[in-house]
Amino acid sequence: MGLKRLGKNLIFYAVLLGTWALLAALKVWPPYLFPTPKGVTEALYAGFQDHSFWIAIAVSMRRVLIGYVISIVLGTLLGLSVASNKFLEETMGGLLVSLQSLPSICWWPLALLWFGLSQNAILFVVIMGSLLSVTMAMEDGRKQMPKIYAMAGRNLGARGFPLFWYVLLPASLPFIVSGLKQGWAFAWRSLITAEMLYMSLGLGQVLMMGRELNDMSQVIAVMILIIAIGYVVDGLVFKTIERRMQHKWGLTPAT
Amino acid sequence: MTTNAAPQPSFPEPRSLDQRSLDHRSPVRSGTRPKPILFPARERDTDLTPKLWLKDLSLSYKVDNGSRLLALDNINLKVKPGEFLCIVGPSGCGKSTLLHLIAGLQHPSSGSVLVDSHKVDAPGTDRILIFQELGLFPWLKVGENVEFGIKMKGIPKAERLERVQRYLRLVHLSQFQDSYIHQLSGGMRQRVALARALATEPDVLLMDEPFAALDAQTRDLLHDELERIWAETGRTIIFVTHNVREAVRLGDRVALLTFRPGRLKRGYSVDLPRPRHLEDITVAKTAREILDDLREEINKSLEEQYGAEAAR
Ligand SMILES: Nc1ncnc2c1ncn2[C@@H]1O[C@H](COP(=O)(O)OP(=O)(O)OP(=O)(O)O)[C@@H](O)[C@H]1O
Ligand SMILES: [Mg+2]
Repeated sequence: MGLKRLGKNLIFYAVLLGTWALLAALKVWPPYLFPTPKGVTEALYAGFQDHSFWIAIAVSMRRVLIGYVISIVLGTLLGLSVASNKFLEETMGGLLVSLQSLPSICWWPLALLWFGLSQNAILFVVIMGSLLSVTMAMEDGRKQMPKIYAMAGRNLGARGFPLFWYVLLPASLPFIVSGLKQGWAFAWRSLITAEMLYMSLGLGQVLMMGRELNDMSQVIAVMILIIAIGYVVDGLVFKTIERRMQHKWGLTPAT
Repeated sequence: MTTNAAPQPSFPEPRSLDQRSLDHRSPVRSGTRPKPILFPARERDTDLTPKLWLKDLSLSYKVDNGSRLLALDNINLKVKPGEFLCIVGPSGCGKSTLLHLIAGLQHPSSGSVLVDSHKVDAPGTDRILIFQELGLFPWLKVGENVEFGIKMKGIPKAERLERVQRYLRLVHLSQFQDSYIHQLSGGMRQRVALARALATEPDVLLMDEPFAALDAQTRDLLHDELERIWAETGRTIIFVTHNVREAVRLGDRVALLTFRPGRLKRGYSVDLPRPRHLEDITVAKTAREILDDLREEINKSLEEQYGAEAAR
């Protein structure tokens, strides 16, 4: 992963930006439908300048973090119970798989009924979005983890929570990390969707505001922000976890 | 001890502790000593309560086609406190299974394991097993692996670190304290597993072919170290190996298991003075006699596994 790859990416994005600028300059579509790169850059600048983007990012990150953490706690409990109980596995296991085909925003009407038009409704949708991925990741991890680690842990006197925390969890990490990552992606997407429906701060709201003001530059600017945040979290958090784990386990040659 | 109709395997009485030559610095007298006698004595109740008592122990595994595989059949065995017992037998005869039962990681189909007259039904830090597949934790550094057991015991940090260093030095791995497991060779991993088990300082040490992947020099060194630790601490050791010479080199007694079902075929008292050496002529001679019996069992297992031709 060196300069060569960086160079390729630079060229790729230069071409992409160039095409965009060219199409905008040729006025194939009117500017209010197809904003220029310059307009988007200005919208980004303005958004950060008047703090509205900072606030939106902070609010959204807070919501998604709370939702994701709750998902991990619930998903761990659920996944481990399903993995260790034959009855639950044969019944709930199937339900979990089929529920995965349900877009999390389908829970929105129920969420509104149960929690009213509130933060909690958004949180609920975020949790429903990521819970399944986390649950199934935990279930898989528990099942695929080599038995020898649990035995070795018990043999050395670990029981109960210490056994879970110091042995079962790290031993299953290689099998759950991709599921956790997927859970994060789903949480993030569900959040933005819910925020677009319920206007109370957050990136989704800023996005919809752009639409209402017919300001396509702002819409694109927020979209770029949403992508960028997803990318940064993936790159900073999950890639770091993965890289450290692979280094410890020797899954890739040390660099 | 039991009124079992099945013929009890003959098994020699372990010698009491005071008879054992513990001084490993005493000169090797093997040359002047007569050939050791293998005496199949009848098992009698010992005056000492056994450290470990396997009582009518049987275990069968469920096999995929619904039938059951009898892995261990009616094992009766007493091990004295401070005894060094070696177990040999053909591959697949149930040696690892036996150790898992003693460790409390598996439950017997019938019979029981008694440690200090208490029935074993769960793992306990008085019995530590070194797994055949080691089971080192790849997410922990070498030092943290060694520390794991004593951390679970709740020993304070300062003492833990001191012990980690002590036992890593013992297995000659001090420089590798901060390495990860995958960075070590097979033999080094076996030594980490040894250090991890020793660091918990258990009463009973269960070892499942712990030196199989070591070069001759390292193995000899660790034989000496293990013997020294055993003599100094009075620990009880159950040592599984497929190497009969190693068993004779280390053991007070050697137990031979039969192939499918695993039964105690015979026990041998090793009446050789310590310290012994793998190359001692007396060790070789004793091993030879056990090997003849073992070979019979190995042939049986080969016949079963590869058909009659392979055994010839
Ligand atoms: N989990 C299991 N399920 C079914 N059968 C098993 C299981 N574990 C072991 N066995 C069977 O039990 C028998 C004894 O196995 P065990 O691992 O105790 O042998 P072993 O004496 O340690 O062999 P080796 O010297 O090769 O390590 C073998 O025939 C094996 O096929
Ligand atoms: Mg084995």
